[in-house]
Formats: sequence, C-alpha cells, structure tokens
Amino acid sequence: MRLTKAGIAGTMESSDVMVTVRPAEEAGIRIAIESKVEAQYGDEMRQTVLDVMNDFGIEAAEVELRDRGALDCVIRARTQTAVCRALGTGFDWKGEDR
Amino acid sequence: MERKTALKRTSLYVSGTNPVNMIQAGFYNEDCMVFDLEDSVPATEKDAARLLVYHMIRDHRPAGKYILIRVNGIYSEWIDEDLEAAVRARPDAIRIPKVEYPEEVTMIAQKISRIEEEAGIEVGSTELWCNIESYMGVFNAYEIATASDRVVALALGAEDFTASMRSQRTKEGAEIFYARNAVLMACRKAGVEAVDAVFSDINDLEGLKRDTALTKNLGFDGKTVVHPRQIDVVNSFFTPSAKEIRYAKRVLEAVEEGKRQSKGAVTLDGSMIDKPMELRALTTLAQARAAGIPV
Amino acid sequence: MKNAVGRELPEQIGNYTVKPFAGTGKAQKVLPPVVSKRQPRLGPEDGKKLCESLQEAIRKTGLKDGMTISFHHSFREGDMIIGQVLTAIRALGIKGLRFAPSAVVNIKNPSIVDFVKDGTIDRIEASGIRGELGDAVIDGLMEQPVILRPHGARPRAIETGELQIDVAFIGASASDEYGNCTGQIGPNACGSLGYSFVDAANAAQVVIVTDNLVEYPCCPTSISQQYVDYVVVIDQIGDPAKIGAGAARMTKNPRDLMIASRAADAIAASRLFKDGFSFQTGAGAISIACTNYLAERMEERGIKASFALGGMTANIIEMFKKGLVRVLECSQSFDAVAARAIAEYPNILEIDNSVYSNPYTRGSMLDKLNFGVLGALEVDTDFNLNILTGMSGEMMGGLGGGPDVADGADISIVTIPVIRGRTPSIVPKVFTCCTPGDSVAMVVTEAGIALNPKHKYYDMLKEDLEAAGLKLVTIQYLCDLALSYTGIPKPIETTDKVVAVVEYRDGTVIDVIRQIKR
Repeated sequence: MRLTKAGIAGTMESSDVMVTVRPAEEAGIRIAIESKVEAQYGDEMRQTVLDVMNDFGIEAAEVELRDRGALDCVIRARTQTAVCRALGTGFDWKGEDR
Repeated sequence: MERKTALKRTSLYVSGTNPVNMIQAGFYNEDCMVFDLEDSVPATEKDAARLLVYHMIRDHRPAGKYILIRVNGIYSEWIDEDLEAAVRARPDAIRIPKVEYPEEVTMIAQKISRIEEEAGIEVGSTELWCNIESYMGVFNAYEIATASDRVVALALGAEDFTASMRSQRTKEGAEIFYARNAVLMACRKAGVEAVDAVFSDINDLEGLKRDTALTKNLGFDGKTVVHPRQIDVVNSFFTPSAKEIRYAKRVLEAVEEGKRQSKGAVTLDGSMIDKPMELRALTTLAQARAAGIPV
Repeated sequence: MKNAVGRELPEQIGNYTVKPFAGTGKAQKVLPPVVSKRQPRLGPEDGKKLCESLQEAIRKTGLKDGMTISFHHSFREGDMIIGQVLTAIRALGIKGLRFAPSAVVNIKNPSIVDFVKDGTIDRIEASGIRGELGDAVIDGLMEQPVILRPHGARPRAIETGELQIDVAFIGASASDEYGNCTGQIGPNACGSLGYSFVDAANAAQVVIVTDNLVEYPCCPTSISQQYVDYVVVIDQIGDPAKIGAGAARMTKNPRDLMIASRAADAIAASRLFKDGFSFQTGAGAISIACTNYLAERMEERGIKASFALGGMTANIIEMFKKGLVRVLECSQSFDAVAARAIAEYPNILEIDNSVYSNPYTRGSMLDKLNFGVLGALEVDTDFNLNILTGMSGEMMGGLGGGPDVADGADISIVTIPVIRGRTPSIVPKVFTCCTPGDSVAMVVTEAGIALNPKHKYYDMLKEDLEAAGLKLVTIQYLCDLALSYTGIPKPIETTDKVVAVVEYRDGTVIDVIRQIKR
C-alpha cells in the first residue's frame, strides 16, 4: 500500500494523541514522537505504529505523534484512523477476525 | 439463547470522541456504560469514534459493567460500518436509535447475525436495546420488543418523542406520561426491561430526584443518564425495600424447589412463576447487593 | 546502606552526612539545647530601622559570602520579593549564599537558576523545587545537593543548628517603621506569616520587606519589632492575583469529585467522626472538593468540628461561618478570603509553623489531628508516597506538610486517581519516597479505597468502612489496575550523583534524588 497524501486523526486533549501520517519517498517508517512519557513508553509507541503500518502493508511513511498521555489502544485507534483518512478508504473490519 | 440478568439502573452515555471520558466512565457507579457513536460524534469523526470505541472496549473493558454501543440511525450512511465495528467489539448490547417498526429490528438483527458468524462470535449473543423516541415507536413498542430474541430492553427517548408529537418538553413531564406507561406496558408484556428517559438539566439534582422518583414508582428498571453526577442520585432510587427483597427470595426458593422436584410449572401463593418473574427476582437481589444490602 | 524504607543511600554526600531513616516512631527523643543566631543586642543607635533601599538594608546586615538567607513562601506564585532581594545581593557582589526559603519557591523573571549560575547562590534548602530550577537541579546544576525538608523538619533543623540563618528577609503586606508587621492586611495580604516566626526568632538579623508602610504601631502584628533589625519599603511585594491562585481551585472533573466524595464518605464512616473532631484537608483540587463534601456530611449528621488545621481556603472559612468548626488554626492562607479572615474573626488564628508541624516541641497541633487529607504524585504497594518527582523523574512538587500530617493525624487519607494520562499513580515502588507507608492509613481512588494493613488503626477502619458499605480493595489491586491501563513504564535511569536529599521530619534521610541520565 502506498500513501499519496497525508492523513491526520486525534486531538490535543488530555489522554489523546494527534497522529499525522505523510507519504515518504524512501522506504521505511520514520516516527517522530512528542510526548512527556517518551522515556517510559517511547518504544511501545513506536512498536504500535509499526504494527499498524504493517497491518496496512505500508512500507514508506512519516508518522508524527503529538501525545498527551494517550493509552496504547488510543494510539492504535488514532493511527489506524489517520492511515484510513490518508488512503481515503474505510477500515477493513474483517481483518480484525484473523 | 439464555440471557443473563444484569442491573440496568443507570445507563451512562459516553461520547466516542473523547478518550479521557471513556477511561473515567469505567470507574463511576453506572450499571451500563453506553459508548456513543451517534449524537455526540460529529459527522467528520464517525470513522475515528468507531476505532476508538472498538479498541477501548477490546483493551480496557470495565469489569462488572454492562457494555453497550449506540450506533447511528438505521437509515444513516454510517449504520453498516458501525455494526461491523460494534459487533466485533463484543459489547453486551447494541443500542439502536429511533426504532419505529419491528421490521427494522429484524433487519438489524440479521446484519448482526452475519457479522457474528464472520467474526466467530456466538450467533445471537449480541443483545439489542431499542430506543423508542417517536410516536410511531411508542405505538409499535410491543411488536418492536418481540421482533427478535435479541431485544432485552426498550429505552424511551423523550426529546425526539416530544418533537414528533409537537409537544413542549417540560421538567414535570406530563407530555411523556402516556409514552412512559405505554412503553412500560409493552416491556412488561414482552418480558423485556424498561429504561426511562434522560432528565436533561444536569445542574438540577432536585429536579432529577423528582423525575427519578416517578421513574421508579411507575415501574421502570432504570434510567438513562448523560452526566456522571446523575449516577448516584438515580442509583439511590433503585434500592429495593425489605419487602421486595423477601418476596424475591421466596420466588427464587420456589423456583429452586421446583427444579429439585423436576416440576414443569412452579407456583407461589397460587400464581405461576414465569421466566420474567424469576429474572425480576434476580434483579431485585442484585439491586440490593449493589446498594450494599447483604442478601 | 539501606534505610528503613529500603532506599539505598550513600553515607556522605559532599559535606552532608547521611543519617538514615530508621522508621516512624524511631527518632531520637531528646535533642541538644536550641541553637540560635539571635543575639541579645541593642537596636540601631539612631533608632532608625527604615532603610532607603534593599541594598542599604543588606549592607547594614553585614551579609557576607557563604552566609545563609531565608524567605517565607506565603506569597506563593505571586512572590516578588525574592527576585528583588537576590538582585540587590548580586549587585553588591555577595556570593556563595545558602538559600533557605520555607517551602517551594517557583519564581520566574528572574529565575533562581540565574542566581545559581552567577554564583550568588551555591546551596539550596527548601521543601521542594520545581519549574526551571527543578529541571536544572535534576540535571546536575548544583555542586552541593539540595536539601528538602517537610514543614515540620525546618524549625527543627533551625533550632538544632543544622540550618542557621544569618539574614531572614520577611515579606509583609503591612509594617510600621519599627518592624511590627503582618500579612493580614494591606493590598497584597497573604494571610498567615506562620512560616516566618521561627526565622524571626532565630536569625542573626531580620529584614522586613513591605510595600505598605503603616502608622506605628502596626495592628494586628504577626511579627514583633523585638526581632526586627531593618525595614525596607519597595514598590510591590507581590501579585495579589497569584498570591491566592494556584493553590485554591474548585474542580469540575467528575473523577476528582468522585474521589473527593469518597474520601469524605470514608471520614464520615469512621467512629472518630463525631462532635469535636478535627481535620486538615489542604488546597489541592481534590482536597478543596473534599472539604465541601465533608461540610455536607457534617450538616447531614449535625456534627461539629473543634478545629481545622494548616493551610486555609475560602471554603473552610465558609464552614467556620456556618458554625461547623469552632477554631481555625492557620499556618498558611491559600486565598484572599482566608488571608483576610484572620483579622476579622477572633477564632481564626495565625499559628507558628512550629506549633503546627514541628515534632520537636512539647507538642504540635498535628498530634491532636483526627483526619488529614493528602495529595500525592505516586503511591506504592507499601503505601509509601512520592510527592516530589514526576513520571520522568522531574521535580514537580514540594514536601509541604505531607509527611508531617501523615505522621501526626490519627487517620491520614491519600486522595489520588489511579492513572493520570498514561502515568500510573499506584506503582510497585515510588521513584522518590517522601512519606513512609506506615504513616498512611488509606488511599482513596476512583476505583476504590485501599486500607493499609500495617496502619495502627487498620482494624477499626476496616470495621467502620465495611459497615458503611464503602468499596474496599487492596493496594495491589489498584496497582495492577493502573498498570493494566498504562503498561509497565521503563524505569528512569540515573547517574550516581545525588542532586537532592529528602529529609524526614526527624531530620533523617528517607530518600535521595539522583541526577537523571539523558
């Protein structure tokens, strides 16, 4: 899957995260995190983003997380929403049944 | 399908847009937590709310609560994807807004069955609450309540109902008095639970008390609330009396005795105990326990 | 070596010799006679204490390199004295001072960091540090470790000679030219000056700084002329909007309200909740809400309190006016209403911090306290409290009277949400131990109340709270619950360098804070 435009989801409210995904020329997922808890949870945040990208089959993207203390499931939901918006597609719910 | 009893004294709506409210609502004293995809979610955020609600319930389902998801309207552009997400989140029930005809329930129930099958969820396990929020819904309440085995409760929605009736909404609620009774009667006849309408002024706790006293006295099983501060007030009205507790215990003892003697029909004080009576007795004891009364 | 709460401590940190915390109730009972820098001496020869400028007053005190200066924190975030005094000191070229305010001082423009960097200050002893100074200290700004003491430990440290004050600069919202002064009246009233009493009585020299010179004699008087060497009038001592803000606020957050209401329920369920009981609730958002709920419970049950203690807020004044509390003992006044109330009502009293919280007196009022409501940043499964450092090890709070209240009150109640954002508040082990778990009776959260099985009143509380139908859970349950939401955080890595020492109320070391590895 290739991104052709950017997608954004989430808010800057407490316990939320604003996720922006952008197309990238080079292969690889580059992740920028702005978070007060990056030292504690940065690795988990990156892994969650990578998992989502992997599920969508996206191999090149720039992902920016502006975190306000979001739980892992919120980061996952916001990243999935941002990617769907960038791709202009709905979410593949059947994929959740695997 | 065997249904479990669950307390339904308070059903708190929680917007599907706001993570912090969803997390916090898991800790309040409401019996039922309703994750909302409908009115509280703007059209441009429906996609985000589905995913957020889905993951929140899958990852952090609050223990000991009855979990619902309110989907968008039956004829809205969002309903199909809402159901795809909502069924897979495995809530106790899906709450459908503005149900007016039994055919609508059968249609939704069929869609849910298909998704349950695809997702490997026991077919029929997702319960339904139907919001009755128009004169047509009130008119067809009994048919709606019996349109599918999935339906376990009807919930009156006063704002849209009064709009459909061209009535003035008042705090005293004379304009919804008939609808309350009509829905309640349909629920009793169908053997499903009856959930009363929201008291909208979240700053008027005295008004809420008066309204909830009516809710309880009419015979409703619970009430929808829209703000956490309404929860404890409403719960306090659903504390059963000692007499009610005694009666509930006798009903259950009679049922047990009937089972031991392998009787088909069980009677108490000359009247037959049916399944809804047994469920109500269980609910009474659960309400007593929730209020801290040892039973 | 390890102390009684299992913290690994060095034996010596620079010039500081560590006395490890030995447990609650294990403190040395009698200490040597009081050491004071106060000298019997005559007043100024010309009878004039009034100085033209801060610089003149500082020159007259003979302040020299390496000496110790003190301030009170009663102007809180609105303080404008400390910056002006330090600027004047710097202009005089005095360096290497020990800076010893009575609590957290978080001033901006100028920041204390500037005075550390230019060498004006080289040691800090306070109850907490945060903001820019906190960040700089945790990154290793200071040679010598910052010494952090709870309220009750400071007067003890002063009287034992561990913290001898050369010049105390005391801000007052009204003063006469001979140094009789108060915080109760004037445009920048801050209320109780209770934290300054011990400084006034024991410093070698005392300078009153005011922006409101009143006719002699100043009435009411909080600090007497007998202690005062000089008086300086400046344009402005504080920002009234900020003197009362910050601490006092009413929350609308339903979660915080639920915790507050549950804490009030726990108090009302206790058999100690009866006519003549006493309480201290504090000024955090949950505390203020808890005070309101407590007032409701008292009215419902027709119960009146004998006294409320510590930092006062407008809603406690309200309770007093309704006749729900007989006496208010104010060590601090958190808002304008509380600040003015002392002068208005004879039963609202300004008290010395020492009588409030110092264990080394013939009795502090905390010993008579039934219920104390506390806040915390973290609680661990041993009920130890962290009230200083945040999720990333950053300095966030002050010790305040927390450890004192926990130890002194019969029932100490910690109100805390299980998680804040993705930060768990109930953890296996607090990053910084400030209050020993043995002194904490219960932790009240949105997910239930955990009683401390090691607390002296555990059996009584368990019986009372269960009888009231309150939801009791274990602290381990709360910890597991918190971590189930947040995931397990990666531990904070530190170097060996100790940047701050956390003293307990008896002067022993309960923990140290080490430099964060970046």
